[in-house]
Amino acid sequence: MIDLEARKSTWRTKVGLAEMLKGGVIMDVVTPEHAKIAEDAGAVAVMALERVPADIRAHGGVARMSDPRMIKEIMAAVSIPVMAKARIGHIAEAQVLEALGVDFVDESEVLTPADEQYHINKHAFNVPFVCGCRDLAEALRRIGEGAAMIRTKGEAGTGDVVEAVRHMRAVIGGIRRLQGLAEEELMTAAKEMGTPYELVLEVHQTGKLPVPNFSAGGIATPADAALMRQLGAEALFVGSGIFKSSDPIARAKSIVTACTYFDQPAKIAEVSEGLGEPMTSIDLRQLDEKELLARRGW
Amino acid sequence: MQTDKEITIGILALQGDYEAHKKMLSHSGGAATLLVRSVEELHMCDGMIIPGGESTTIGKLLVKHDIIDPLIHKVQDGMPLYGTCAGMILMAKEIAGSEQTRLGVTNISVARNAFGRQVDSFEAQIPFASLEGDPVEGVFIRAPYVTKTWGEVEILAKYQDKIVGIREKNMLATAFHPELTSDTRVHELFLEMVRSAVRGASNP
Repeated sequence: MIDLEARKSTWRTKVGLAEMLKGGVIMDVVTPEHAKIAEDAGAVAVMALERVPADIRAHGGVARMSDPRMIKEIMAAVSIPVMAKARIGHIAEAQVLEALGVDFVDESEVLTPADEQYHINKHAFNVPFVCGCRDLAEALRRIGEGAAMIRTKGEAGTGDVVEAVRHMRAVIGGIRRLQGLAEEELMTAAKEMGTPYELVLEVHQTGKLPVPNFSAGGIATPADAALMRQLGAEALFVGSGIFKSSDPIARAKSIVTACTYFDQPAKIAEVSEGLGEPMTSIDLRQLDEKELLARRGW
Repeated sequence: MQTDKEITIGILALQGDYEAHKKMLSHSGGAATLLVRSVEELHMCDGMIIPGGESTTIGKLLVKHDIIDPLIHKVQDGMPLYGTCAGMILMAKEIAGSEQTRLGVTNISVARNAFGRQVDSFEAQIPFASLEGDPVEGVFIRAPYVTKTWGEVEILAKYQDKIVGIREKNMLATAFHPELTSDTRVHELFLEMVRSAVRGASNP
């Protein structure tokens, strides 16, 4: 008996879209014009938001989900997938984004958290979610809640790649550590990490995250993009790094090429030439603890 | 199972789920695989796969890095080509409402994101002509379908009257992603096309 009925929004279609984005660059955009520029430069998807992280940081106050009208205009402007951010734990914002038909929801620390104890139960949604993490334990907790894609947090809006590197190394190092454990040690590891045992077992057996592993937060140059890819990022989110630079179109194209040819230094050199000024950057060490976005979420 | 280490399948690795195709081929038929990002690598291949991904992104990178013309020529010279989803879009001569870059080698017209946005992505059983046994598991992700065919295009698969799998001479295309499942039959069909092309070239 052939089952001709479609099964929508299965786990495989959610993770599948993340698979399709691999090797690509997802760009933050605040207007339909930006979205067109990003698409023309070769972005695999855009993240629609009202202010890029550098401006959220400068502006202060509570950062929330964007105006649905702006998100709809961006969805109408491009044919590539459109993502949008909901506050951590803000179930209703995520429902609104799903109703708008966005292709991915980012439950993001870049916005002000709405719940200081619980993240969204992402299994309850048809739209897939991406969540940030600083290490393997946080990644596996988010996957346990239903995230179909993980991105290391980095420190958004700084143009400083140091946190992106720290978080990616923590995830990859954590995977290597689990691979090296004996099977009887895994339950204790799961207990210490505060993560589901089944996911710990899966990482132990496969040597990789159960969902695609992308990188975000602080990528400003083609060389930054190449660095994160070499460290194990399967694709990249670039936020303020493009539209806060002096020549967004050239920089966007260069970062796209660097993401594909990350292991070919001659190509990286070629596309890094004469790009003009990168975004105005902030040295992480100059920031107060309370200004660090990556500390949001748990 | 026959293993042909002398056959090399290239997987276009500019962007998309090329690793999933590589993994799939490692389970089916034993051909060697090569991730292709340059013309030099392209010339080492007996057959090519264009994976799923973003067709606009892959198209731009094909042009920017001067791979598109050599790829078109190789396919027109008879090298077998298999495209999934974005790959199918890039193969098509016509893309509804889009001027985007394409190879334009296959006599089909396609509509992008034709089943809807991501929340409409779905799985279904797809009867597939020329494959023995059960239908294939179709994983459709923001998938296109074929709206029109002409020339020597053979329709291999339909879902609710929409064409989602075709073959034209040395070219095979599906709107769905067998590489995301454990069913190797579509890839084996493609390997057979490559073997037969290689045999044909050595025994003219």
